[in-house]
Amino acid sequence: MTGGQLILNGLAAFLTLCIFSFLYKDNPFYKFAERLVAGVATGYWTMLLFHTNFVPVVWNRLAHDGRYEYIIPTLLGLMMWTRFSKKWSWVSRYSIAFYIGISSGISITLALYASLFRQLEATINQPLTFDAAGVSSFLIIVGVLSALVYFFFSAAHKGSMGVVSRIGIYVIMIGFGAGFGMTVMGRIALLVQRVIFLKGYVNSLTAFFGG
Amino acid sequence: MRFLEQMMKIDRRWIYLAIGLAVIIPAIISFKVPVPVSKEVKKVHDFVENVGPNELLFLAMDYDPSSMAELNPMAEAILKHAFSKNCRVIIVTLAQFGPGMVEEITSRLAQEYNRQLGIDYAFLGYRPYPAITIMLMGTDFRVPFPQDYYGTPLDSLEIMQGVKNFNNVKGVIDLTAGNTADMWIVYGNGRYNFPLAIGITGVMAADYYQYLQSKQIFGIIPGVKGAAEYEQLIEKPGQGMAQVSYQLVAHSVIILFILISNVAYFATRKQKKAVGGAQ
Repeated sequence: MTGGQLILNGLAAFLTLCIFSFLYKDNPFYKFAERLVAGVATGYWTMLLFHTNFVPVVWNRLAHDGRYEYIIPTLLGLMMWTRFSKKWSWVSRYSIAFYIGISSGISITLALYASLFRQLEATINQPLTFDAAGVSSFLIIVGVLSALVYFFFSAAHKGSMGVVSRIGIYVIMIGFGAGFGMTVMGRIALLVQRVIFLKGYVNSLTAFFGG
Repeated sequence: MRFLEQMMKIDRRWIYLAIGLAVIIPAIISFKVPVPVSKEVKKVHDFVENVGPNELLFLAMDYDPSSMAELNPMAEAILKHAFSKNCRVIIVTLAQFGPGMVEEITSRLAQEYNRQLGIDYAFLGYRPYPAITIMLMGTDFRVPFPQDYYGTPLDSLEIMQGVKNFNNVKGVIDLTAGNTADMWIVYGNGRYNFPLAIGITGVMAADYYQYLQSKQIFGIIPGVKGAAEYEQLIEKPGQGMAQVSYQLVAHSVIILFILISNVAYFATRKQKKAVGGAQ
């Protein structure tokens, strides 16, 4: 590792420790690192959008390729900037209406198909056989129906309805448990990655100074 | 009982310290942990394994540096697998802070496996609005991406010759830390019906197994454990395998805390009830 890389990695290690210091309590080092991230991220994204999106998708197509149909989305985009003026902010509503209209038209059918109908189909088409797959299918059907009953508020959760609703809440709790377990793994992974980085940095420092 | 009462009032910073120490231990004393391979990860591996030399794999790396701890190991394992068997790959990122990170990984691994940009792989870059970008790519990759990340027109790239849209790729693998997975499922697989697999962070994993059961995705790589499984399958231990021993110690400490806190909760509740009854 060169001296320059060592300095840059040292800066990264310092910022990592600044962020971790929040675990003890809020402090100026944490605030500095947090605001640095926000500033760098905003600057990076602005320039990235300009160079890799505005230039090839808008500017080049209008100025070099003669694709003048791109004036329409460009104008709709520019109209959004009128939101900064009290007098002219109504103009931006046309852009928003256009966007919402198109998004709804595309989303409603596809979301219903992919998120609801396909899931319903997969739940209905469960093979109820006398083997491990059959048990799994049975559990899926019981889980879906009981969880649905738990959220059915038009009838009192008493008697058989109460029993099914009780099973439903257990099923939901098992789902939350699985989610929590995976979340712990994810959060620990973030910590582990930084610890591995810091360990690597200490090793590089030792090697650089001939330790 | 006094110990249990104290545990109920413990300052959470002691728990942070315990977890911190638990993670530092494997950094000092290294040890190996067996990683059994799950069916859903094996399916993703087998899919990449069966991509022929004239076929294309589409890899969407829709995450930014805040999720690299979990998703970089997956991305590296899949790219190493694809590059080592001369499989051609088209890469995009639909995450706003992804491009620099994706470029670093792809160019480093391409150099390591002697793969050429524009011939063996292409990095198309980043576009905002994932749902719209996915739908536009379904029409023609050139609509949202007239140029690749490096500014080269797509028609000038050898790998893109005769490649128009998702019909020309064998399948899509999306590595994501957000709702981009939903967009690939709804607007990608739902609209264009291509084979789709996802690699996701641990936080998201439990919510996406339903799509595996409904066959909307053919495989799933869940969190860092999934990445370790993939590394095991390709016999190239990397960041995923390295993290497993750390995870084991940290999880053991967390389970211990959960057990102690539950015992303390029930014991102190029993005592409070007894005191309340006597009064």
